[in-house]
Amino acid sequence: MQRIPNRDEPNGNARNQSIELRLHALLVQGLAGDEAAYRDFLQASTTHLRAFLRRRLSRWPDEVEDLLQESLLAIHNQRMTYDPSAPLTAWLYAIAKYKLIDWLRRHARREMQNDVLDDENELFSTADADANEAQRDLAILLELLPEQQRAAIMHTKVDGWSVRETAVALKISEASVKVAVHRGLKTLAAKLRDES
Amino acid sequence: MKTDDLINMLASGPDVSAPKIPVRRFTLFISLGVLASIGIMMTNLGVRPNMAELIMLPAFWIKMAFVIALAGIGWITVVRLSTPGVRTAMLPALIAMPIVLIWLAATATLMNATPENRAALFLGDTWHYCSSLIAILSLPIFIAILKVMRDLAPTRLRLAGAGAGFAAGTAATLVYSFHCPEIEAPFIGFWYLIGILIPTGIGALIGPRVLRW
Repeated sequence: MQRIPNRDEPNGNARNQSIELRLHALLVQGLAGDEAAYRDFLQASTTHLRAFLRRRLSRWPDEVEDLLQESLLAIHNQRMTYDPSAPLTAWLYAIAKYKLIDWLRRHARREMQNDVLDDENELFSTADADANEAQRDLAILLELLPEQQRAAIMHTKVDGWSVRETAVALKISEASVKVAVHRGLKTLAAKLRDES
Repeated sequence: MKTDDLINMLASGPDVSAPKIPVRRFTLFISLGVLASIGIMMTNLGVRPNMAELIMLPAFWIKMAFVIALAGIGWITVVRLSTPGVRTAMLPALIAMPIVLIWLAATATLMNATPENRAALFLGDTWHYCSSLIAILSLPIFIAILKVMRDLAPTRLRLAGAGAGFAAGTAATLVYSFHCPEIEAPFIGFWYLIGILIPTGIGALIGPRVLRW
């Protein structure tokens, strides 16, 4: 008997495929130092991650934005583990799922048994651009970082100073500024993880 | 802070272009772990004095092939389990391969032996401490691998912990091989494996705690 093709399925797959290609191109450009492409990559990923998390956390709608921010920081901090020759969907999905399970483990041990996680192909099939307020304010957590890390992040990433200007202001080398930014974001991720 | 502000923050500044995996730092950690393991072996156990005789025997080389293959596979396991979204379905078969081969060699050895010699082939002279020495020698390597893994992105922590223990155990058998007087496949295929399984089990237990990121 001939299998009747599901009309949605090929379309859905083709759409996921085109999202994969687009996000992959943006990330690769971003990894090469293109700020605009990297921002577009993060923004587009955010809508998919938000929809994904909102579905999973239907019982805790207020937590979605917090966990989304934690996932974005994780994606940023661990992006050296992305191999551009491997599928981006699988990589993003694995990180989002890890952060979700980690959160559930902390908050809802019992819920986990009922919550079946579907496969990665689902990640790009929905998008949600409607942001809630995050409950936890990252700006406040940033204030809690060691002073050098906080200053390096604020000057280079928020105030728009160059690395050189920041280095002069903080009286450290340019290499130390970069290290401080990197360490600071790692510390921030750890604070997010341990605090919630 | 709104999510859009976070995105703007992440996508600006000096850390937009891809950081490199700090291979040299990781190599340094792992090397220190292996050197510490070798140091413990040399100072407490010493290299087998009759090594020159052992290397003339085919059984010695079967053993070394087994140990080196496992150590290589241990390394692949750690790399795979440290990277999000990478396929790991082939790992069990890969790990099983050298084990099945050494068991085939063990079976052949036991079948060719006279019945009264079989127990000696299996137990050797050192069965009662071989596995625990391997587990002890794996400890510094284990710590180094866990430290490296934490800087990467393992997403299945129990499995990743077990993988780290397995890799450390296999590396420790390689170190221990230079002391161990046993070369018969029935011995290696059992007591060495137990030695590897001890850190593997510990890794599975502590993985979810120590590997969180």
